[in-house]
Amino acid sequence: MELLVASAIGLLTAVGVYLTLRRRTLPVTIGLTFLSYAVNLFLFSMGRLAVDQPPIVSTGRAAYADPLPQALVLTAIVISLGMTALMVVMAIRGYLETRSDEAAVRPGDAVRDFGGSTARTDA
Amino acid sequence: MLPALIALTPLAGTLLPPALQRHGRSACALAAAAPTALALCALLVCLPAVFAGQAVEFRAAWIPQLGLSLSFVVDGLSAFFALLILGTGLLVTLYARYYMPAADAMGRFYGYLLLFQGSMLGIVLSDNVLALVVFWELTSLSSFLLIGYWHTRPGSRQGARMALVVTGGGGLALLAGLLVLGGIAGSYELSEIIERRDAVRSSPLFSVALALVLLGAFTKSAQFPFHFWLPHAMAAPTPVSAYLHSATMVKAGIFLLARLWPVFAGSGPWFVLLGGVGLATMLIAAWIALFRNDLKLLLAYSTVSHLGMIVMLLGFGTPAAAVAAVFHILNHALFKASLFMNAGIVDHEAGARDMTRLGGLARVMPVSAAMAAIAAAAMAGVPLLNGFLSKEMMLEQASGTVYAGVAWLVPVLATLGALLSTAYSVRLLRSVYFGETRYAAAQVPHDPPPGMSLPVAVLIVPIVLIGVFPALAAPLVERAASAVVGASLAPLELVLWHGLTPALGMSLAALLGGLALALSVSRTSRLLARLPRPDAKLLYERGVDAGVAAARWCIERSHSGELARYVACIVVAILAVAATGFLGGTHETGSRPALPASGGALVGWVVLAAACIAALLGHRDRLLLLILTGAVGLVVALTFALFSAPDLALTQISVEVVAVVLLLLALNLMPKTTPRETSTLKRCFDGVVAGAAGLAAAGGALAVLTRGFDPISAYHLAEAKPAAAGSNVVNVILVDFRAFDTFGEIIVLGIAGIAIVALLDPALREAAARGASAQVANSPAPPSPLLAVGTRLLLPLVLTAALYLLLRGHNLPGGGFIAGVVVAIAFLMQYVASGHDWAARRARLDAHSLIGGGILLAGLAGMGSWLAGSAFLTSAHGHFSLPLLGQVEWSSVLLFDLGVFATVVGTVLLALATLARVKGPVIETVAQEQVGKVARAEPQRVRRRGSA
Repeated sequence: MELLVASAIGLLTAVGVYLTLRRRTLPVTIGLTFLSYAVNLFLFSMGRLAVDQPPIVSTGRAAYADPLPQALVLTAIVISLGMTALMVVMAIRGYLETRSDEAAVRPGDAVRDFGGSTARTDA
Repeated sequence: MLPALIALTPLAGTLLPPALQRHGRSACALAAAAPTALALCALLVCLPAVFAGQAVEFRAAWIPQLGLSLSFVVDGLSAFFALLILGTGLLVTLYARYYMPAADAMGRFYGYLLLFQGSMLGIVLSDNVLALVVFWELTSLSSFLLIGYWHTRPGSRQGARMALVVTGGGGLALLAGLLVLGGIAGSYELSEIIERRDAVRSSPLFSVALALVLLGAFTKSAQFPFHFWLPHAMAAPTPVSAYLHSATMVKAGIFLLARLWPVFAGSGPWFVLLGGVGLATMLIAAWIALFRNDLKLLLAYSTVSHLGMIVMLLGFGTPAAAVAAVFHILNHALFKASLFMNAGIVDHEAGARDMTRLGGLARVMPVSAAMAAIAAAAMAGVPLLNGFLSKEMMLEQASGTVYAGVAWLVPVLATLGALLSTAYSVRLLRSVYFGETRYAAAQVPHDPPPGMSLPVAVLIVPIVLIGVFPALAAPLVERAASAVVGASLAPLELVLWHGLTPALGMSLAALLGGLALALSVSRTSRLLARLPRPDAKLLYERGVDAGVAAARWCIERSHSGELARYVACIVVAILAVAATGFLGGTHETGSRPALPASGGALVGWVVLAAACIAALLGHRDRLLLLILTGAVGLVVALTFALFSAPDLALTQISVEVVAVVLLLLALNLMPKTTPRETSTLKRCFDGVVAGAAGLAAAGGALAVLTRGFDPISAYHLAEAKPAAAGSNVVNVILVDFRAFDTFGEIIVLGIAGIAIVALLDPALREAAARGASAQVANSPAPPSPLLAVGTRLLLPLVLTAALYLLLRGHNLPGGGFIAGVVVAIAFLMQYVASGHDWAARRARLDAHSLIGGGILLAGLAGMGSWLAGSAFLTSAHGHFSLPLLGQVEWSSVLLFDLGVFATVVGTVLLALATLARVKGPVIETVAQEQVGKVARAEPQRVRRRGSA
């Protein structure tokens, strides 16, 4: 079982890194999602693997899975959702502004303030 | 308390003059004089103790972990310097009131001046070397502000920048040097470092510390080859030159050398460096001064020269030389400050500082001329004035010093320096006040108002008094000098007549030779003007330009603006670090017994692996990639469920729904496929990097999973029920044991949500929205009525389920995070099925308020514990009985969890609803069959779409 989990973490990391190395924003964002899966699983596995031992205290049970990595990962999952949302919105904004979804800043790219009051050249 | 009062009163008073700006320059001057006078009074109260041989101390811890403290000590040396700083400060305040042009903002000027004064006092009084460095850099900063005071002039800006770069850079070296010194001594208190000087001297790092400290001192005190900034600092208003660049700031370096004299003096490198650099500075600067035509420049180079002389004296390392150094610090401050103020008077009245345009002013400005004559004569070393005494002491010390094995070197060169000093003093006096009357002002110059003459006169009096009755200065000089050498000296006898000594002969030779040189200098200067000279400013600017060019070259080579390149750099760097660790360790797997693989787990692994491989191969089809991401997320959620983490599984699966919806919304607005852009070679490289990263992660995970461990969570498991009244330990950790972390996390989440709106809102309102609607219009998808009705029916059911999840969270899987995401999904379904406008019209809850209210509620729940006298976020729980329901258990963390819940709902709703609005108008039109109406109402939009 340990080998399965470890290799799954490796696979997710590899796909995540490969996608983050792409040139377009959406694949990069999804690459980060894959990396979050990998990191969350990795963090979770620091508490080792345990079957049928949920950390819910009840009388008559002696063994529990480690609750601390679970608590860490729970917030990490929610935060990574926030991060993904922010990334996606940045990708959309960039695409709407420059008409290109390249994950790169080119010398000629139009850069505007958040207020967006300055007109963008239609050229 | 008094020592701290001396240093901190001017700093505290910094804001006073700017506040009184509108009440006129006299009010500003008074506001600047008041803190100075107060600090001076505090100093005078300390003086009796100091003269009795005691040090007045104030010590308060600041950051004890770093060895940083606020300790101020008034002893002989610091009292001596503090007197100079505060006394000259008062005079300069008065002088500037009359000198500065009427149009200038005096409040700002005096504010800077007080800032400088406080920082300078901090340097001389601070016993903690770290605090000393802070004050040291503050003087560099305030000097920068004062030199650049007339910031519209390019010369001021250049001079200010140069001074900041040189003295601020030296300050960094000093910081390093003092850290090394403190490290060796084991304390950052100056008094303790001095006490442990034997340990410092025997340390192998001694020469490193010495070199760094000297770098700091030499840059500050403008010693060769760092002397060039001081002449350019003359762009400052003249009161600043008189105060900072003759009497005080440039003496900070010398102060430090004097302070650390007991630690360093007598060592070989100290003598060679200080003696050599001091002597060279004294000669070179005096030589340059002789040929300067600008009054202030002449005085600036002369200052550099005299500072060199003091450095040389400190370098000799004998107590007698230290006495001479201290005495000359006092004398130089007196005559140089008065000469600078005099130069300001000339500039103010005659309209020029250039000596070639001035002459014969003694006829029209007799008082100023008389005072200038006395001060210049003191600088020249004429008997019966204070400069003569310290110069003769210097020559006496020099006559007995052997440098580099040559007995005549120091005496001859020191005499030459004194000779040059006489020469430029005579030249200054002769060309400004004697000869044919010339000036650049419109009307005939006359003596200035008393406000400008008085400060000069106050400085002239001690010049003469000390010159005639040297014993008057003896107590002050003796106390300061004995503080320098760290031992009480024999009672000091300063007398005018030493008898026929070699020093007297050298002194006379310097006087007569200087006079002769001054009278012949006009011919020499024409000859010299034709000789090419290396200009230190030019060299400095070339150095700065080269640095900027090098930085630009590096940036252009390394920064392409492509994210992929940066990510590759980061991943490869991490892999390199990991590889070094891996290659240096052992590689066998651990001995923890493995869990047997179940059939379900194998199936899950196969699905995950297949999805991963499919994602790699087919990632150009973005919809496919999204579906595969969802599949992977599902397997991850099942993994959590399998390995005893029900809370994680619930969170992951609900978050997965939101994430997929979010990505689908994004995909709706963006291209549906990714073009193939990279070469095969590049893709192979990416593959190798990704593969290596995957291998490393898998290896690391396996290494951990196969080893036993000793978790710290036994405490949480044992205490969850008794201390926090909850049996779901994960939830208890989140809302109780580590609630402060959770509090921080929901704040981050809220910020992310608001940032999303900030990013998209302008885009929505503007031209960008045009493009977005155009995209969506290509793929109209009318919502199905069945879906709309279904989701509306589901809403109350889902809300009830979420409430249940929230309430039971403390004891069973659930809690604020999960319930929040579930509620968000329920609302989201309404947006998806019925369109944005329909849902937005019916939404009673404002997402912004949900975020703010949630964070506020969580914070208030935490603060509730203050009422019970406990720390922030301490939980309380108990039972109460209700009719019919019986015993009910309550816990204050439920409120906190409710805050978490509200924040999560708000953030997710805000993010998704904002995104959904980008396509909002078009979906709406399709749903309400108003396509034609909208097209008629917005013909412009259609036309643009057609032309795109």
